[in-house]
This record gives sequence, structure tokens and C-alpha cells, in this order.
Amino acid sequence: MVIGKEKIWSLLATVTDPEVPVLSVIDLGIVREININGGTTEIVITPTYSGCPAMDAISMNIKLVLLEHGYKDIKVRTVLSPPWTTDWMSEEGKEKLRKYGIAPPNPKQQVCDTRLFEADEAVQCPHCNSYLTKRVSEFGSTACKALYTCNDCKEPFDYFKCH
Amino acid sequence: MTNNEQSEESSGLPPSKELTEAYLLHLADNALILGQRNAEWCGHGPVLEQDIAITNISLDLIGQARNFYQYAALLIGDGCDEDKLAYLRSEREFKNCLLVELPRGDWAQTILRQFLFSAYQYLLYTELQKTEPGQARFRDEQLAAIAAKALKEVSYHLRWSSEWVIRLGDGTEESHTRIQNAVNELWPYTGELFNPAYYEKGTAGTSIGIDPSLLKKPWEEKVNNVFAEAAIVNPNGQWMQTGGKEGKHTEHLGYILAEMQYMQRAYPDSKW
Repeated sequence: MVIGKEKIWSLLATVTDPEVPVLSVIDLGIVREININGGTTEIVITPTYSGCPAMDAISMNIKLVLLEHGYKDIKVRTVLSPPWTTDWMSEEGKEKLRKYGIAPPNPKQQVCDTRLFEADEAVQCPHCNSYLTKRVSEFGSTACKALYTCNDCKEPFDYFKCH
Repeated sequence: MTNNEQSEESSGLPPSKELTEAYLLHLADNALILGQRNAEWCGHGPVLEQDIAITNISLDLIGQARNFYQYAALLIGDGCDEDKLAYLRSEREFKNCLLVELPRGDWAQTILRQFLFSAYQYLLYTELQKTEPGQARFRDEQLAAIAAKALKEVSYHLRWSSEWVIRLGDGTEESHTRIQNAVNELWPYTGELFNPAYYEKGTAGTSIGIDPSLLKKPWEEKVNNVFAEAAIVNPNGQWMQTGGKEGKHTEHLGYILAEMQYMQRAYPDSKW
């Protein structure tokens, strides 16, 4: 059965986030468990944000990939606890983000710091590697990203924010 | 005092099914209606970045509402689902507070409402997420999971809206006037947050609810700190409006529900 699970983990590594297609659901750290029980395969996932609109598409894509590979009775269950954190993102995933032009999350949670006008930890520009960057808005094109610009190369970029 | 101290202690026991459902619907309705109100700004925000910010906040709130509705539907059973709860209940069945249903107003009013409500949600979810035994309360696990998840999002909303209240209050004469007007306009709707409805009284001290009057002091402290920074005068001591949490709403809720529910009412069971 261990072999069965390993096979499924590797299949899930081909399911990508529809909003950040460079990341797989494994890179994101949203697959929490795989349970095989008789003929039933259960995949347990957790959302990045409560309102993440990609979750429905992700569950469907997980089912499709497993169906294509001969799995029949597939259940995708969503759990909320413990809440997802960017600390669960794989190092490989962070590297993929950087190459894609999105600054990967820093390895420390900052959102817990609710002090006002508090400067965030330096975020490295994914284009020129400068740390002289500034936050334009803590909300970006998707719930999981913030908008930044680089003071050196002047390019705008997305930051996959710590959560 | 003695009463307050008593109600802080939790028996850890679940309240009746009816009270639990009402409490969950109250949490869901608050998040849904505020999410929809904020979504009215989509494509109309004052600048692109803030248009994106307010609609991201909408998305978070509607996501939180879905989690509460799904949990309530599970308890109700009998084929109930999140869509039935959102689209097929009438105005008098909605348990949201009046503050969230008021029209969006200008940008100052939208910002201020978000700030007042985020400060409340922040304190509320902080309490609801506590599950560790021996930590004064022992919470319902699913409710605690939804609250813990939502709290991370609300932290962003609170910081963003606090900074905007200060920016407007401490900005130009025009922005200051607008945010002060918003405070004068919305303040009478803040008392209801801390005035317990029947399902809050009935669940306080159980595994589900908390007595919201306990949040009043820390909330006022948070709000007054930001008001002081923003040079805003707090119009304390006014008559407070109530009723929304028990189904007695302003005229505004009917319109937003009519728009939101139109499709399901006109074409029952239609699917996206």
C-alpha cells in the first residue's frame, strides 16, 4: 500500500494551481493526507484562503488525473484545520515561483504582526535580486499575493505573501 | 462583574441544535452581506490597487460565509445546502447586524465600516478559535477551525482598514471631513455588535458562542486608538440602533437580497 500512496503523490505533483500554474498542489502544501481504504482513495486538501476560488477547480483536476490513471472511487475532502501556512510550501515550489517572476514567501509569518504602517521584512525582487523593494498594496491579483515594486530595476512584481 | 466572569467560563457542552444553527447563520450572514456590499466596488475603486484590495476582502468574507453556511447546512441536514441558506431565506430570516447591510456610501464610509467590523471580527474569531482544553474554553472543533482560518485573513483586513482610516483622518480637509461624517453616520450601528441576541445569550459559555458584550471594552480600545491617530472625534453616547441580529432590518437589506437572490427565485435550482 505504501507503493500505492507514493504513486498517488507523484500523480498529484502534476496537478497545478489554476491561478499560479507554475505550482503543483504538492508544491503549495495543500495536500494533507492520502488515505486508501479498500477500493476508495481519499485525498484530503486544505484551502490557502477561505475564499480561494481555485479550490473547486483543484478538486476536480485531482479527480480527473486519478481517474485517467485507473483509480475509480475517489473522494476529495476539504479540511480547515490546522490552517494552511506558506511554511508548507516546498523549497522546490519557492524556486519555481522565483523563476516565474513571483517573489516566494519569506520563511517567517508576518501577517501576525498587526501593528499599523509596520514595514514588512525585505522582499527580494525576483527580476534583479535587489532587496530595495517596496510594498504597493498588500492585496494583489489573487488572495495569496501582494503587489510590490523594485526601487532598483523599477519593475513591478507579485509577492506570494507570508500567511 | 460576577456575571461577566461567569460567562467567560465555558461548560464546553454543546447548546441546543436550534441555537447552534441560529448562531452559525448569524456569523455567515454578517460575512456574506458585508462581502456583497464591498463587492459593489468591483471596477469602481478609487485607484486600481484599492479596487483590488476591497474585492479581495470581499472574497475572503464570502469564503468565510460559505464555511459557516456549509457547517450550518450539515447540522440542519434534510438536503439543506449553502446555496439554499444564502438564496432562499427571506429578509426576516437573515441574522446579520445592521452595520453590514447599510449602503456602501462613499469610500470613507466603506473603509470605516470595514474597520469597525474587522476590529470586532478580529476579537470574536480570536475567542472562537480557542480549542485547547484548560484554556478557559473548549470550543466546537469545526467552528474553531473556521475561525482560526478566517482570523489570518481578518488580520490583513484590520491592518489595511486601520491604515486607511488614519490616512483619511490625517489627510486633507476633504478626506478628514468625509471620514468624520462616516463616523457620525455609522456610530449608532455599532452598539448592536455587543448587544447579545437570543442565540448569543443562549450559546454563551457553551462550546459554540461567546457573550459579545465581553468584546466591547477591547473593541473600544482598538477603535479609539486609531481614531486618536486619525484625529477623529468619537461621538460617544448616542442612541444605538438594534434589531438586525433578530431579523428586524433596515429597508436596505431587502434590496440587496432581491438582487442577490433573483436568479434562484426566478429559476429555482438553476446551476452555474
